[in-house]
Amino acid sequence: MKNRKAPNSLLIRGGRILDPSQRLEAERDLLLHNGRVAQITERGKIRGGADDTFDARGLIVAPGFIDLHVHLREPGQARKETIASGTAAAAAGGFTSVCAMPNTSPVNDSPEITAWMQQPERGALVNVFPVAAATLGSLGEQLTDFKALQRAGAVGVTDDGKPILHDKVMLEALRAASALHLPVIQHAEDTRQTAGRPMHSGATSFRLGLRGSTGASEAEIVDRDVSLAAQARAHLHVAHISSAATLKAIRRARQQRVRVTCEVTPHHFSLTDEAVGQYDTNCKMNPPLRSAADREAILAALADGSIDAIATDHAPHAVYEKSVEFDRAPFGVTGLETALALAITRLHLERHIPLSRIVHLLSCNPARLFALEGRGTLVAGARADVTIFDPKKKWRFDAAQSLSKSRNTPFDGWLLTGKVVATIVAGEFRFGA
Amino acid sequence: MSPVRSHTARPSKPIRSLLDIESQPREAIAALLKLARRMNPVRPRPLLRGKTVALLFYEASTRTRVSFELAAKKLGATTTLVTGSASSIEKGESLIDTVCTLRAAGADAIVMRHPSSGAALLAARHLSIPLINAGDGMHEHPSQALLDAFTILLHRKKLEGLRISIIGDILHSRVARSNAYLLRKFGAHVTFCGPPELAPDVSTTIAPGLRLTHQVDEALRGADVVMMLRVQQERLEGLDLDVAQYTASYQLTPGRLALARRDALVMHPGPIIRGMEITSAVADGPQSLVLQQVSSGIPVRMAILAWALGAAR
Repeated sequence: MKNRKAPNSLLIRGGRILDPSQRLEAERDLLLHNGRVAQITERGKIRGGADDTFDARGLIVAPGFIDLHVHLREPGQARKETIASGTAAAAAGGFTSVCAMPNTSPVNDSPEITAWMQQPERGALVNVFPVAAATLGSLGEQLTDFKALQRAGAVGVTDDGKPILHDKVMLEALRAASALHLPVIQHAEDTRQTAGRPMHSGATSFRLGLRGSTGASEAEIVDRDVSLAAQARAHLHVAHISSAATLKAIRRARQQRVRVTCEVTPHHFSLTDEAVGQYDTNCKMNPPLRSAADREAILAALADGSIDAIATDHAPHAVYEKSVEFDRAPFGVTGLETALALAITRLHLERHIPLSRIVHLLSCNPARLFALEGRGTLVAGARADVTIFDPKKKWRFDAAQSLSKSRNTPFDGWLLTGKVVATIVAGEFRFGA
Repeated sequence: MSPVRSHTARPSKPIRSLLDIESQPREAIAALLKLARRMNPVRPRPLLRGKTVALLFYEASTRTRVSFELAAKKLGATTTLVTGSASSIEKGESLIDTVCTLRAAGADAIVMRHPSSGAALLAARHLSIPLINAGDGMHEHPSQALLDAFTILLHRKKLEGLRISIIGDILHSRVARSNAYLLRKFGAHVTFCGPPELAPDVSTTIAPGLRLTHQVDEALRGADVVMMLRVQQERLEGLDLDVAQYTASYQLTPGRLALARRDALVMHPGPIIRGMEITSAVADGPQSLVLQQVSSGIPVRMAILAWALGAAR
């Protein structure tokens, strides 16, 4: 089979295959067949050809990127984004899979909504893995039916945006999830400390006359969750960490051998609270951009492996929703189309973090954390989800050209290095080529 | 790679808005103060005849609103007052839509007071007429800083070298910020003073050379000017402030005032909460300029409006 011309096959020729899952970084040919990886060979060793070939010379060929944290806004908030537009932006950013948070309208707390999000009618261009609400309506009181949600396709549970503050409810959630091998994803924020505080507390918040919150409001919830996760023997995944204090809490947890993983966003490793400048609501998100010391701690943790994944927390909002007083603007920024370029520009070029680690953070690890079988790797038999990018290409991001329905990015007009050339999902081009 | 962008293209002719003191060059401030000295509130010239000034007040105000209104009227302008509780603001109209509506209705300038920091900048970005910031949240209150400087200069030749202490709730005070910017631009020695919760270390970062102390005696010793601030109870949310303790530690009493220079000027932007940050004896005493500050508001705001509408001279 491997050398015979077969239908539905794609040969990616001459690229530099970068697959940390098999410690491979070399110029190879990659053959995809029937939605799976067929084989990787030395250059020119695949005879007979394929239905289609793609010349990847000078480019990097990586297992498809997986974003553990996006807001696709459907059902209910199509003015901000739809599953179709959000996944188009994902494909443009090299993401072959996205994990969709449940704070939709209504909240995704039922198998019906979970299934609805995955129906072909939604027009998704990449794989959509719903993360379901941990409690009904994300009200933090009564657990949802994790088993039924998992059966419907949910890959984790969370009340993202509304942290579970009650110890008892959080412990119940961790126990129920543990039995099903589901991660519990916590948006760690002590909302009792942060209410009415639209940014990080520091020189910028003082100058602007805005109330500020501190990294402690995040770290204290992580500390609590760690002790509960230890009791429940569960997998706790901490979403979008932002502070040095939180990293300390996570390192403490690992010393106690609690299974705690975490993700960081490109905006938190790229920017500090100073970026808020003159009340730029496109720099308002939750958790907020923090101090230079927090950013340094995040960069160090990305380099040493303490942070498991890069996730965008892509959070689209309509222009008119962001064109209001800073303290009244909704939290959130878009991020799917700039994630790889920011990782290459800020982590690889500026901090000399190897590209293999970046692929690890964008693909291999996310697949492992949420147990996405056959993804995050290009071993034979794996899903034919592939991201091809040019690590040296310089380009200017123009938010007006974004495939997202929204424009709320802090990176509009930025000159970046590293561009996605093609995104392949199940063997088919979903972007580029 | 600048993340700061303006939302709309700048028109070719600069609009004379007064949004803050921070971004104003010293020369522009000096020019406004000079213009204010030429304003005669008793026999004003009708520089703004035929002009309409909208007063848009999302937040309660006595002094600032009355003073802008009188200033505009003395110059011959028509004024219209819009408040949060008696307008479409209550129905959920956005700030941008509200100011654009006032502009479309014929306003030549808008004077705005708003509880959100940064609201003035947001509104001005979407306007083609001048916007005067009459206080935005905890951010700035530029006309107050101008009238405070104007008042000091009625008694002292220059600001440079004066030892000026700003005492009280620095954190929540737009007056403290605007005054610190203005006074530092003119070379005054400015000291912030208050309890750590209300006068955090970070407060000195907004302007070069700012000093901070938590000891009121230290702030008062040798001061030429003492500016007292009100504790903004309405903005204290989440802070556990012991009011009795605060009063005991920071209230300006005749005894404490004796630490300052004998001819020290006592100022307060109002409203005064008697018996809290200041005793009646000091507020009504011979060194107090509290009412003179209110009077200064008229010529200073006349000057701001005349400048903004291009009618000066």
